[in-house]
Amino acid sequence: MSRIEGVLKTLKGQGRKALIPYITAGDPHPDLTVELMHTLVDAGADIIELGVPFSDPMADGPIIQQACERALVHGTSLRQVIAMIKQFRTSNDTTPVVLMGYLNPMEAMGYETFADAAADAGVDGILTVDLPPEEADEVAPLFTARDLDAIFLLAPTTTDERIRSISEHSSGYVYYVSFKGITGAGKINVDEVAAKVAHIHEITALPVGVGFGIRDAETAAAIGRVSDGVIVGSVLVDTIARNQADSDQLKRALTDLLHPMREALDGLAS
Amino acid sequence: MKLTEEMLSALPDARGHFGAYGGRFVSETLMDSLMTLEKEYLRLKKDPDFQKAFDEDLAHYVGRPSPLYFAERLTRETGGAQIWLKREDLNHTGAHKVNNTIGQALLASFLGKKRVIAETGAGQHGVATATVCARLGLECHVFMGAEDVKRQSLNVYRMKLLGAQVHAVQSGTKTLKDAMNDAMRDWVSNVDETFYIIGTVAGPHPYPLLVRDFQSVIGRETRAQAMAQAGKLPDALVACVGGGSNAIGMFYPFLTDESVQMYGVEAGGLGIDSGQHAAPLCAGRPGVLHGNRTYLMEDENGQIASTHSVSAGLDYPGVGPEHSWLKDIGRAHYVSVTDDEALDGFRKLTRVEGIMPALETAHAVAYAMKLAPTMDKDQMIVINISGRGDKDIHTIAQLDGIEA
Repeated sequence: MSRIEGVLKTLKGQGRKALIPYITAGDPHPDLTVELMHTLVDAGADIIELGVPFSDPMADGPIIQQACERALVHGTSLRQVIAMIKQFRTSNDTTPVVLMGYLNPMEAMGYETFADAAADAGVDGILTVDLPPEEADEVAPLFTARDLDAIFLLAPTTTDERIRSISEHSSGYVYYVSFKGITGAGKINVDEVAAKVAHIHEITALPVGVGFGIRDAETAAAIGRVSDGVIVGSVLVDTIARNQADSDQLKRALTDLLHPMREALDGLAS
Repeated sequence: MKLTEEMLSALPDARGHFGAYGGRFVSETLMDSLMTLEKEYLRLKKDPDFQKAFDEDLAHYVGRPSPLYFAERLTRETGGAQIWLKREDLNHTGAHKVNNTIGQALLASFLGKKRVIAETGAGQHGVATATVCARLGLECHVFMGAEDVKRQSLNVYRMKLLGAQVHAVQSGTKTLKDAMNDAMRDWVSNVDETFYIIGTVAGPHPYPLLVRDFQSVIGRETRAQAMAQAGKLPDALVACVGGGSNAIGMFYPFLTDESVQMYGVEAGGLGIDSGQHAAPLCAGRPGVLHGNRTYLMEDENGQIASTHSVSAGLDYPGVGPEHSWLKDIGRAHYVSVTDDEALDGFRKLTRVEGIMPALETAHAVAYAMKLAPTMDKDQMIVINISGRGDKDIHTIAQLDGIEA
């Protein structure tokens, strides 16, 4: 059982929902990323999605675009991001880490080299925004062979036939993109999400995490009620941007944001 | 490799691949739209009503066929092979871009989409898109890098006059690639009602297929005109390559003609060795950007490199996937000329033929002027004059130190 599967199974057994924060590695500075990952865990994260900065993040809104730019100023590379996870693992071997990013940095590193390095560092899952399963036939077997979960996106526009085939290619969880748009746009419609996630649950047994548009305890609880976990990105990245000058203040701000979400999600269980 | 009609008709394959290139690398939200577009296009491609509407628009609205003109004086001054010009600059809106926007706008109409978006570099594709939208009464949004908005201000104003909204893109390098990023972001946000008219022969499948099909009218006409006017096929074709839509349109109908050599001319900027250029086929390597696998300019970590060219329309780090394939199999040659050489080409064609080419096109002119003297007098080169140079007068004047 993969670390992701284990964590999600335990949560399910407890009637709890997964809290999955996203930050961009290297933002605001590469030296701070591992500390911030620990901060997220302390504030209640069950799984961390760590973004790999890319020069052309086509699916992201301005908040994550700027995070990528801040990280790239310091030359944050995929190899360095993997090294950060290796360092994180020296004091945490329980919290799953999913690398989230775009395909080209992986392609440039070489898929086999990348898969080896990721597995060695203790990465648990790979989510490549611009890689639908149709194009993954070269890379997916490399992940499977190393027990790396391949996490694919589902969207409001995904047909039933595709939900089925994408789920067959996925392990760990599937990531449901809550609305048609880019990250940070914030136009989530809870009823629509509830209906679609219920429908996805009819087609696949995989846990469904929902991301895009979750910005506070209230939306986290509303979406947590209808899914297996919530993914929180832009609002955290925006907090990093606003507190980048002072790392202690930044950690407090991230905790202040995440902790109420944790409590709201756990409130659903009782 | 000898290409046959049978081999060509199998490309792209069902997943949009040209050999190792092409494909559909987009976020899931767009997949359904792309699959619908592919299905509808493959149906309409065989629909006589659609083809008739396309052909009639090209004839009566664009003004096709565009002439194939023997540049006698340029030939004499250059020496060597005869230089002929395929006059895409004479199309309505002044460039080859309109061939494709007519086709894609027709698709948009057949699909019932009322809102159109486009990216643009030099502004020619933006103008061509705004033009067809004005004619069909479609809402039009054009994304253009803030840097390009500055250097192509005439085209920005043309688009506004045509009723389009021009969005100056402030992210990244503020040029064509960033315009394409923002167009993709808009598309994903408004996917139900929006048709994205991609201007070059790149992007996710089926765009490289449909742009190639719509632009192939250039090569088909050239083939027939060469036979009628010169009594033979050209020995060499020369076209500039940014994303590569005018080049693919010129090359494609000649791919099985082994005697016809093809030269795609990339933007060498300040010189390939300087790193300040936009020549992925000459100096890049394969990667994935904007929905397709193709040659790219990138650093060792897979971050897309910034590019430089005096011409906004060539200032792009990628290229159409079919060109990547043609390079690998050796069917077409890809070369580059520098900013300075292109400017010389611009001045030469202007002064000896009275034809002012776009700075993009001037790259093809400059290379043809190098190629012709290496060939025999009875041989024939066709340069695709992909666009006219009015839009570049400010840039040229600035370089000449003149306030225009």
